[in-house]
Amino acid sequence: MPELMQFNTDDTRGFLAILPEILMTLLVLIVIYMDLFLPPSRRKSVGYMAGVGMLVIGGLAWLLVPADGLKVSEQLVLGGMVRSDDLAKIFKVMVALVGGLTCLMGMGDIRLRYKGEFYALIIIATMGASLLSSAADLVMVFISLETLSISLYVLSGFVRRPETPNPTEEAFASRSAESGMKYFLFGAFTSAFLLYGLSLLYGFSGGHTNIYRIGQALAASDQDTAPIILALMMVAVGFGFKISAVPFHFWTPDVYEGSPTPVTSFISVVSKAASFAVLTRFLLAVFPPEQLISVPLDQYKELSEIWVQLFSILAVITMTLGNIVALSQRNIKRLIAYSSIAQAGYTLMGVAAIATTKSGDGAAAVAYYMFMYVFTNTLFFACLILFTSATGSETIADMAGLSRRNPWVAMGITIALLSLAGIPPTAGFVGKFLLFRAAVDSGLTWLAVFGVLNAIIGLYYYLVVIKVIYVDRSPDEEKPIDLPAPYGFVMAASTVAVVLLGTFLIGPIVNWASEAGLDLFRL
Amino acid sequence: METQFSGILTGILAFPFVAAIIILFINKEQKDVIRTIAAFATGASLILAALVFFTYDTEAARTANAGLIDSGSGLLTFQFVDKVTWIKELGVSYQLGVDGLAVPMVLLTGLASFAGVLISWGIEDRVREFMAFFLLLVAGVYGVFMSTDLFLLLFFYELAIFPMYFLIAGWGWVELREYASMKLTLYILIGSVIALVGILVLYFEAGAFFTEHPELQPATSETAYSFDFNHIQYAAQQGAFNEANYLGLGDGVTIARFWFPFIFLGFAVLAGIFPFHNWSPDGHVAAPTAVSMIHAGVLMKLGALTAIRLGVQLLPDGARVHLPWIIFLALVNVVYGAFIAFRQRDFKYVIGFSSVSHMGLVSLGVATMNTTGMTGAGLQMFSHGVMTALFFSCVGMVYDRAHTRDIPSLGGFIKKMPLVAIAFIIGGLVSMGMPGLSGFVAEFPIFVGVWRGIPQAIIDASPTKLTEGGANYYGFIGVAAALGIILTAAYVLRVVGQVFFGEFDEEKFPDIPPIRIQDRVAIYMLTAWLIVLGVYPKLMSDMIESAVQPVVGLLTGSK
Repeated sequence: MPELMQFNTDDTRGFLAILPEILMTLLVLIVIYMDLFLPPSRRKSVGYMAGVGMLVIGGLAWLLVPADGLKVSEQLVLGGMVRSDDLAKIFKVMVALVGGLTCLMGMGDIRLRYKGEFYALIIIATMGASLLSSAADLVMVFISLETLSISLYVLSGFVRRPETPNPTEEAFASRSAESGMKYFLFGAFTSAFLLYGLSLLYGFSGGHTNIYRIGQALAASDQDTAPIILALMMVAVGFGFKISAVPFHFWTPDVYEGSPTPVTSFISVVSKAASFAVLTRFLLAVFPPEQLISVPLDQYKELSEIWVQLFSILAVITMTLGNIVALSQRNIKRLIAYSSIAQAGYTLMGVAAIATTKSGDGAAAVAYYMFMYVFTNTLFFACLILFTSATGSETIADMAGLSRRNPWVAMGITIALLSLAGIPPTAGFVGKFLLFRAAVDSGLTWLAVFGVLNAIIGLYYYLVVIKVIYVDRSPDEEKPIDLPAPYGFVMAASTVAVVLLGTFLIGPIVNWASEAGLDLFRL
Repeated sequence: METQFSGILTGILAFPFVAAIIILFINKEQKDVIRTIAAFATGASLILAALVFFTYDTEAARTANAGLIDSGSGLLTFQFVDKVTWIKELGVSYQLGVDGLAVPMVLLTGLASFAGVLISWGIEDRVREFMAFFLLLVAGVYGVFMSTDLFLLLFFYELAIFPMYFLIAGWGWVELREYASMKLTLYILIGSVIALVGILVLYFEAGAFFTEHPELQPATSETAYSFDFNHIQYAAQQGAFNEANYLGLGDGVTIARFWFPFIFLGFAVLAGIFPFHNWSPDGHVAAPTAVSMIHAGVLMKLGALTAIRLGVQLLPDGARVHLPWIIFLALVNVVYGAFIAFRQRDFKYVIGFSSVSHMGLVSLGVATMNTTGMTGAGLQMFSHGVMTALFFSCVGMVYDRAHTRDIPSLGGFIKKMPLVAIAFIIGGLVSMGMPGLSGFVAEFPIFVGVWRGIPQAIIDASPTKLTEGGANYYGFIGVAAALGIILTAAYVLRVVGQVFFGEFDEEKFPDIPPIRIQDRVAIYMLTAWLIVLGVYPKLMSDMIESAVQPVVGLLTGSK
């Protein structure tokens, strides 16, 4: 048997590694306390407390979480439960910032504004996501995933029936309840698959729960490959659900449409980003490619080729189906749901590319793509909420004349959509460029060709929305749309992020993402 | 990496870019302030562009490229270089520079964009957004012409496309704009993204090659993997893209030969090459006047220059193999475009298809692979750009007053708009290739080049059947293409006769307002260049020749 991988027992490092989560837990308590004891006239400060608190935690995570390019065994802390590396750090910062923006976004939604539980649940879900991005143990993976998921089920069905009869509100409430239920049933079902897959891995590896130990043990064992592939498939089902990869995407449009819009935004970014983080880490650790196997054996098992194939195919199916179905959507939230499926497909290209590039380009591309994607989608949804609350409509045709009603909202949506389409000077261009680059570097040129052709399909339906906003006329265009303060901040912050990430900040963030990618390739 | 910064090219780029951002924050009711800022920004860029044009050192370029000209080995030299490391991990740097082919294009962009702002003075609907998008488009176009880093080039290339979409869809001709703008965007982007994959392949192959042979790496590159144009171009010279049996497609297929058509044609889509020209007439017609000017005048050259840079200069071996058949596409462009132009009733469609025809001459010149033909192509790019910008501004002025572009129902406009008529006639003579005007000095070398055919040295360097055969049929192509010139004369004279001469119908067009001073300035400025260049071609031809000679050297000398 090969020597077991050791863990770092430095308690300070362990404490710092989960500092963001600790702070988030404290913040939850503060928010609940404020919600209980503040008079209704001052409830507004609950939202500010949650939002600004999360942004501060994001900043602290960037300053304090240790990530220093050490060996894996030095970075695995708290008994191997979490790994504090750059990949974890970049995702922790990302989800904390976006969680904060979501809280601020919720302050403008009439159904969520004064509900302290909303903020508390968002923070708990973010905590789960944050922990998930550094999880290095089967138990931790599952617990943090469920912390995230269960909060999201509740959030998705958050809208309650109004006390006074009101048909519109009741329709909202029942749609929300339906989406929460759907999300829960689908989620519970796939979680079961995931759990079964994890337990199989536990068994096959001879009783390890740390994913790095499992990986080395599996590579060295003389186990048959077939059952391991079965376990891999089951894990893929579980994560595929979270990132809404085809064919586990059926919940996506309904849940996106039915959930309150800030929650939709949160599901589409935080949940997806953290799942990609854990997916890249998990695949490289448990089914390592040749260069990540430390045991000097003549006959090790190279399992990475199988999942490279698997995820290449998943990527192609996911992006193609997402894009093609998106073409025929009339509801903007459903459109963005299918678009987010397609975006997951692009990102899966990066996942497929991680094993075959020694330099970690694939993981870097995934990290960068998610970094820009969370801000892009947040920007989009912040603008969308303003539009829907002013018009009460979610159909694309009703967005006509938006550029005359509020040019800033129109420009925000446009920048977000261009970024999703991958047009410079927005961050989406660099993101797509890195993904295609990683695919070509891994010898998956055919995948890159699929990717660019899909990007063109995507461009088409994004441009159609932009056309409606800028070109079509509407009888309502004399009625301006107001821009409340928290939204103004969310929009400004995410616009600046999207544009800077596409221009001046490319260097530092790509640098950081590359560090994150390299970390995964250190043993 | 050593940082060089002369700042002039960055200035050219920064004026429209900064102005676009400033304009967004100006109250939308202050239309004249917005227009003035736009005019100032494009004017300042034009002055800097003219400065670059008149101070570009042709002799120095020739001396510095001597190695490339003689033996096809060495780095291409650029002048006015601005170079700062941007993304170290990817080998990307912010790197601007111009050679003799790019300088006229930068000047052309300056002329067309300044004239475009002047012509657009009359736009009243959402002026703020219009000018902001227009300036962004101009910045993108400048960026492509000046980038010497492939990442930066692709960045600007895509940046130039989407404002185009907005401008056409938002301010274009109501009946066609949605269809035309979408078609244009999809055509151009499909071409460019496929080329992008090709560029990535070259980037990795060059990186792998220099990792294996570090001694061959050019001294200017720090890392083996770099998007620097010269870096990859140097790898091509050393034969990095010549491994046989690429993708198992047979011994004759190498990376260079496989990817050349995708990269060259991918960008040539924007130059309107047959059979991918279909977006262009619709796009020209649907666009508002200023955008048509930039679109046909400058944007199509963007495609042509990028196809030369990233196609011919990066993959000389691919060019040797494929250009001999691509010349047939160019021939179809020239003749077919002229035929279709002849059949149009819509004034603007005539000009739209004439662009297809004239851009075919540019491709024809490039495909000759000899110095004469390629110099002609470079001159044609400039001459056609100015000429088309002039054409579209004239068409726009007539349309604004007559509210129709149906040729048979127009007539006699020379009586009401003499200046526009004369400018259009001069443009028409340029397009027919009248000696003494710029069209002649551009088209004549192209035909001479075609007649001379592919230089023997290039055929010897890449002895494939197609290249060898090329020597035989080039003469025929020259004769066939000359037919296009006759047709050009036919449709130009037809338009001039029916629109500007003949009887003027006072009842149909009771009110013809006079031409604004801004329009006059634009017309004088553009017309002057057509005449000056026609009388004194040396002003530009030497410069272009100094950039073309190393390309021919590359085609001859590369492995």
